[in-house]
Amino acid sequence: MAAILPIRRTDLRRAALDIPTDPDPKRATPMRYLPLTETDRAEMLARIGVEDIDALYADVPADELLDHLLDLPKAKGEMEVERIMSRWAAKNTTASTAPFFVGAGAYKHHVPATVDHLIQRSEFLTSYTPYQPEITQGTLQVLFEFQTQVANLMAMEVANASMYDGSTGAGEAVLMAHRITRRRKAVLSGGLHPHYAEVIATLSDMASDTVARLAPNVGGDEDILAAIDGETSCVVVQSPDVFGRIVDLAPIAEKAHAVGALLVAVVTEVVALGAIEPPGAQGADIVVAEGQSLGNPLGFGGPYVGLFAARSKHVRQMPGRLCGETVDAEGKRGFVLTLSTREQHIRREKATSNICTNAGLCALAFSIHLTLLGEAGLTRLAALNHEAAVEVAEALGNIPGVEVLNDTFFNEFTVKLPVDAAALVEKLATNEGILAGVPVSRLMPGAGLDDLLIVAVTECSTADDRAALVAAISEAI
Amino acid sequence: MLNDKGRPTRPETADASGAATFTGNRALDVEEALIFEIGHTETTGVDLPAPKGKASRLGAHARKAPIDLPGLAEPEAVRHYVRLSRKNYSIDAGLYPLGSCTMKHNPRLNEKMARLPGFADVHPLQPVSTVRGALDVVAEVGRWLVELTGMKAVAMSPKAGAHGELAGMMAIKAALRARGLDKPVVLVPESAHGTNPATAALIGFEVKPVPARADGTVRVEDVKAAIDDRVGALMLTNPNTCGIFEPEVAEIAAAIHAAGGYFYCDGANFNAIVGKVRPGDFGVDAMHINLHKTFSTPHGGGGPGAGPVVLSERLAAFAPHPFVRMEAGEPVLVEDPSGVKDGETPFGRLTAFHGQMGMFTRAMAYMLSHGADGLKQASEDAVLSANYVRACLSDLFTLPFPDHPSMHEVLFDDRFLEGTGVTTLDFAKAMIDEGYHPMTMYFPLVVHGAMLIEPTESESKASLDLFVATLRDLAMAAKGEDKSRFTQAPRFSPRRRLDETRAARAPKLKWEKPKAV
Repeated sequence: MAAILPIRRTDLRRAALDIPTDPDPKRATPMRYLPLTETDRAEMLARIGVEDIDALYADVPADELLDHLLDLPKAKGEMEVERIMSRWAAKNTTASTAPFFVGAGAYKHHVPATVDHLIQRSEFLTSYTPYQPEITQGTLQVLFEFQTQVANLMAMEVANASMYDGSTGAGEAVLMAHRITRRRKAVLSGGLHPHYAEVIATLSDMASDTVARLAPNVGGDEDILAAIDGETSCVVVQSPDVFGRIVDLAPIAEKAHAVGALLVAVVTEVVALGAIEPPGAQGADIVVAEGQSLGNPLGFGGPYVGLFAARSKHVRQMPGRLCGETVDAEGKRGFVLTLSTREQHIRREKATSNICTNAGLCALAFSIHLTLLGEAGLTRLAALNHEAAVEVAEALGNIPGVEVLNDTFFNEFTVKLPVDAAALVEKLATNEGILAGVPVSRLMPGAGLDDLLIVAVTECSTADDRAALVAAISEAI
Repeated sequence: MLNDKGRPTRPETADASGAATFTGNRALDVEEALIFEIGHTETTGVDLPAPKGKASRLGAHARKAPIDLPGLAEPEAVRHYVRLSRKNYSIDAGLYPLGSCTMKHNPRLNEKMARLPGFADVHPLQPVSTVRGALDVVAEVGRWLVELTGMKAVAMSPKAGAHGELAGMMAIKAALRARGLDKPVVLVPESAHGTNPATAALIGFEVKPVPARADGTVRVEDVKAAIDDRVGALMLTNPNTCGIFEPEVAEIAAAIHAAGGYFYCDGANFNAIVGKVRPGDFGVDAMHINLHKTFSTPHGGGGPGAGPVVLSERLAAFAPHPFVRMEAGEPVLVEDPSGVKDGETPFGRLTAFHGQMGMFTRAMAYMLSHGADGLKQASEDAVLSANYVRACLSDLFTLPFPDHPSMHEVLFDDRFLEGTGVTTLDFAKAMIDEGYHPMTMYFPLVVHGAMLIEPTESESKASLDLFVATLRDLAMAAKGEDKSRFTQAPRFSPRRRLDETRAARAPKLKWEKPKAV
């Protein structure tokens, strides 16, 4: 093979101009995302020294190499793709076009236009994990700021660069607690979101760990302290819980610590932390949260962003990426991914987790939204959510036959109805165009809780929306 | 400053780029402080009405202490993040040859489609009757993945590649249990991604390594030698992490099947073979698909990804909740055991909701745009480009595995740098000064000083030619007298080499208020 001399930049520019600008008639597939022309392809094959492209697939057994196109549609222009996708989108009812009270782990909040604009900056959107820190300081500084925001919000000492979502973060928290305590039994409160409990239970089942899952804590009177014993590695408690009730975590932390166990606190609505005591102030050892509420759309369930915070002494047992401060060769402050000896690409089967990504862009959206809000904005947003929820809870509670189960709540509460909640939700959606909430039976089928409805009220609801919900429920029962 | 591995121990002051300015900024290269240094807790960039101060239902749980969260007004926030963004390299700005990561073009149509309110503004727990179109997309993306891979079913909910791996290995564990088999060992070749052994270990499998041969492939005889009664599965990446299609993959699959085990294929490199060969045809039982690699959803600085896992006939029944079943042409959502039919035995649940819908819509737009013909062409162009780079460099660089054609990425080792004093890391950092993101370094672990180059199908020939010319120039310079182009690199990036040892020794993971003097 002949050696190639280095080509000067100017030569290449000229060479590039020689390429015909008109679409090459020989081009097999006109495809807007593929820059190579048929002429390029022929030249490249010649340079490689092979007859055709299939010569490069020589290691594929001949009988496995496809000799036909698969039974799928052919390439389409942008306009046609938009038409197809738009038709699917039009079949869905959007949260912004209906009086909307659906929560239970994902919440409709207003996201400032600035957030979505900034996360679409090419340099954030189309960058990889910051493994080359000299040219990814933008992402790294954002992660350092994000970690600090999350830690402060939770009143914890350290937070990681994010997890896939809150539920998978909860699974990882249990595994982390097992590593720290060298015990393999998790106690799950009956107020924990059932999907989170199922994620933990699935992981534990596969790893042959033990899970003690308490019955749905409808009345708010579960005796979780009695479930914590010397075998317990951690107790997982959500506050506000899935029914909306705010839980006093301090006595649970105290009991857990007394027997050498950890308290894993779960938050599915982070806006609540603008109004209520943070888990870190109540003795939580690990806090996991769903961060979707800030910066991220509902998006039919994902992608979201898991928040994960812990005590400094446990940092080396944390899963996920961590960004740390350092200096460069000139002594300037800079940031790098650090403590990677915990991670799979170094430790392989001894890693703390198999996680190899975070939720980078969703964490960025979270961080920008929280920066725009600031403490003043977050606390005000929380107060608005709370008072809107109080208004609806009071009005619903005044309807004969409807009972609000919560003594305390933030922006979500549970009502007991004299009718089947799922049927009511379906009826209001179909007849009134109102999305009234999440029937408990959707989350806990077969639990005999068919008359319970979880109602979330955020700043996005108008006074008219709230009145419409109350009137519709009053009418329907 | 920095240790011997991290290089520069002293700033190189002779360089013109080191000339001082009053602000410390250099034209477009602007320093930016942390939000904690420029923001204030009373500042906000969001206008909200004042609360009316109604009676609280927070009980005794109202927050007592301040949070300490700085705010920025909108113009300040825009400037902060725009300035930070400019410190990042991106695929939009240049060739990003990170092997095994697939930094291909991210079409903006995908972004536009994902933001249609009908997809973005829909709650996962709305009544199913109000989200029919969303379920159509989940089902249609699933149909494409099943057809492209030649498999039986797909679990859509995994949140990223490693999560898809976990789903696949859980399905295998569930299948072994259902057959009453105690087979706790998983064979993992040495060349595998770190996630493979980590995933297997996470759910209690024992990991047993299989050696890679001198030609970069795994041989069926080595797999057979490693198989015993206790082996329940094999995890193999194909095309493998050396960028080679495993020639004996079908025989390897047959061997693990004959032993009553399952074949997990890491699908990270599926982008080399879409439309060319179907994993189902070479015996795969489970394979995750990184939508952010093969199907162009943006990497976003490290996520979010999406990792649907396709399953064979043998594993399809174990797909976790929630899943979509087609009935009379309509998708039916099965969220819990109450909706399960005969023959369906889901192993549990992996995540709270339905998976990365925002990635499904992007991948759907990408698949519809390419079609069966365009997807095949994209794979071929990716393979062509990698082999072209290889052909243009192989006289100066050293190929550890010259006997096999490359797939979508070409692997070099550092033998060509022997005796130069320049390491793979130095070489990579010198690429930064030339305006390129470095290739993947030191992975896979099976060769010394690995350089794994994946140009993708998104580069024009002119772009590839300039890249190749640059690498050739660097390779020759490495053999020359003056090593400072490598040892001092990078010189022109927003930061010089960063002291990673210092970061790990006393981790500073959070901003703290400077102590008052």
